[in-house]
Amino acid sequence: MADDLTPAAAAAKAALADVTPEPGSKKLDPILIANGVRRTFGGITAVDVDHTEVQRGSITALIGPNGAGKTTFFNLLTGFDKPDAGTWSFEGRSMEGLAAHKAARLGMIRTFQLTKSLTKMSVIENMKLGATGQVGEQWWKGLFPFMWKQQEAEIEQRADELLARFKLDHMRDEYAGTLSGGQRKLLEMSRALMARPKMVMLDEPMAGVNPALKQSLNQHIKGLRDEGMTVLFVEHDMDMVHDISDWVVVMAEGCIIAEGTPDQISNNPAVIDAYLGSHQGKSLLEDL
Amino acid sequence: MNWSNIFEATLSAFFGVNAMYYAIAAIGLNVQFGYTGLLNFGQAGFMACGAYGLGMTAHYFQISFWWGIAIGIGYAVVLGLIMGVPTLRLRADYLAIVTIAVAEVIRLIVRSVRFKVYVGGSDGINEFSASYRRLSPYVESGRYPLSPFKAEGAVPYVMLAAMLAIGLVLGAATWNKLGKRFPSVPQRAGVGLTGVVWMLVLIAASLRVEYTGYSLWTVTVGWTLVAIFSVFVWLLMRSPWGRVLKAIREDEDAVRSLGKNVYSYKMQALILGGVIATFAGMMFSVERGSVQPDNYSRDLTFYVLTALVLGGAAKISGSIVGPMLFWGILAFADVFLNELVKSNGGSVEVFGIQLIGNISQVGQIQLMLVGLLLILLMVFRPQGLFGNRKEMALDGR
Ligand SMILES: Nc1ncnc2c1ncn2[C@@H]1O[C@H](COP(=O)(O)OP(=O)(O)O)[C@@H](O)[C@H]1O
Ligand SMILES: [Mg+2]
Repeated sequence: MADDLTPAAAAAKAALADVTPEPGSKKLDPILIANGVRRTFGGITAVDVDHTEVQRGSITALIGPNGAGKTTFFNLLTGFDKPDAGTWSFEGRSMEGLAAHKAARLGMIRTFQLTKSLTKMSVIENMKLGATGQVGEQWWKGLFPFMWKQQEAEIEQRADELLARFKLDHMRDEYAGTLSGGQRKLLEMSRALMARPKMVMLDEPMAGVNPALKQSLNQHIKGLRDEGMTVLFVEHDMDMVHDISDWVVVMAEGCIIAEGTPDQISNNPAVIDAYLGSHQGKSLLEDL
Repeated sequence: MNWSNIFEATLSAFFGVNAMYYAIAAIGLNVQFGYTGLLNFGQAGFMACGAYGLGMTAHYFQISFWWGIAIGIGYAVVLGLIMGVPTLRLRADYLAIVTIAVAEVIRLIVRSVRFKVYVGGSDGINEFSASYRRLSPYVESGRYPLSPFKAEGAVPYVMLAAMLAIGLVLGAATWNKLGKRFPSVPQRAGVGLTGVVWMLVLIAASLRVEYTGYSLWTVTVGWTLVAIFSVFVWLLMRSPWGRVLKAIREDEDAVRSLGKNVYSYKMQALILGGVIATFAGMMFSVERGSVQPDNYSRDLTFYVLTALVLGGAAKISGSIVGPMLFWGILAFADVFLNELVKSNGGSVEVFGIQLIGNISQVGQIQLMLVGLLLILLMVFRPQGLFGNRKEMALDGR
């Protein structure tokens, strides 16, 4: 395995090699730091994260049983939900109270557990929507095509390249609503890339994707790291987590209960106990 | 039965004043509801902005009519902000509730005794269209036949050219729909052919229509506005701005996650659509030379919405043809039923059941007939006449 590592993968591995495998451990060069982030819904505490850091340029997996609070944590970090308490920063900039679209503009782009492809728009229009800083997105400039035609052509070219890379180019002009579930996941991910993110946050990118596609999706995610992006993703399939992630963060009942490299996590008895104890059968570690 | 009467009434309604100002309001509503998915149930309020903008300027402020247009637009912007600020961050239904309520509040305020000195109470404001009428190139009481063969000098050629142009636009639209059925006919020939057919239809239709100089002026200004706003909205909707709106209609969160300020876009759509609707109110009031508060009630909002849905939401053509058909059908039903009652000696029976007892019941039956037509449309063509069936089919997938 170690022999075919790309430079980016090797760097991520090296950066995380000496980090202590414990919840809230300090990273060498964190891109994202969260402190005391808490969110309750009525009686239940959905998220209660003391401290966590995400290493820049790494692929970090966020795992945990259903209802552990992973999606809620994503929502909080990306401005889609407001926490009861807590602070977090992205690239050294405080993100508290920042609206979702502003968080996205800083370069933190997320996808959704339930795909949000815009079904009544064509695949290519979906893609073009993703590009940021479009001149023609101001209405008075939109009126005059000569002001945005040039940029639109560049965007379209980039979109076509991404579609080819994700093997969606044959669906280019179809309505996104005609895509299969797996293709929609791919579309959402490539659309996110149109925004040129610094950090990509994928909520269950593999859910509902057929095994053949999964393999290529794996490669795509690794490709993001090679391009210098940081990836944080939620996943249930432990084989995949093992295959592609540099670091694993484990959540249960809102708290982070363990952190470590995939190897350290799969051998961590506390993790196995915490899960299999309370969530028999449903555990995402059942593949272990 | 006097069929030529029926035909004539239907045609004049097609291109008449009502269809015109409904079309302007529907184009505005289309920006909000059709493209962005905003449930604006207060279009009558925006229309009142324009009407009162003009009326108050001319009658009370005693300044130029042109200021009235600016003031009307200003009112619409303020109204959009009042409706949008508290609701556009919330779920879609809140906007619906607030818009319908705010539009009603406006109507009740302007018709109240307390503000009578400013806005004329329930009598409204009257006699303020003098400046507008002075701009007219037509002789107010003159009669202007629409047929090119009754005009003189260069006018017939201009009219024929205009009819050919409109015919070709309609022809292109028709060919887009029909083209696939005749694959052997080349595109250009098809467009040209259907265009000429449309031109002939227009000429035939125009033969018996005649306007007074006064109506003709309103019709000219009004349909010119319809054309301007259509092009305006068409340009906007094929721009990246329009793309963001269509995306918001489908899933706000997806758009937000890509760094777009959804709230701001929704506000822009609400206000732009409202400002367009304001012109509908202006045309309506200036044509009558009066503003009556009760013209701007909920009925108006929902008729405009009906007309838009009839034509097909999120289509420019739908927002123009919908209102034309709406008024065409109403006029047809009215004249047809009246003729029917007359030729049947005062009452109409179907299979021995008395449908219409006397001529005063025609109005009710007319609306029932229109309602029935709308139900049939929703059953067989839920996307509206010009709507996109494929898009409709993707719903809920
Ligand atoms: N909007 C909400 N209202 C009430 N409870 C919620 C809401 N969203 C999430 N929860 C609860 O918070 C907990 C965490 O949910 P979630 O973040 O979706 O978990 P995960 O993504 O890890 O499966 C669950 O108990 C869930 O029921
Ligand atoms: Mg989840």
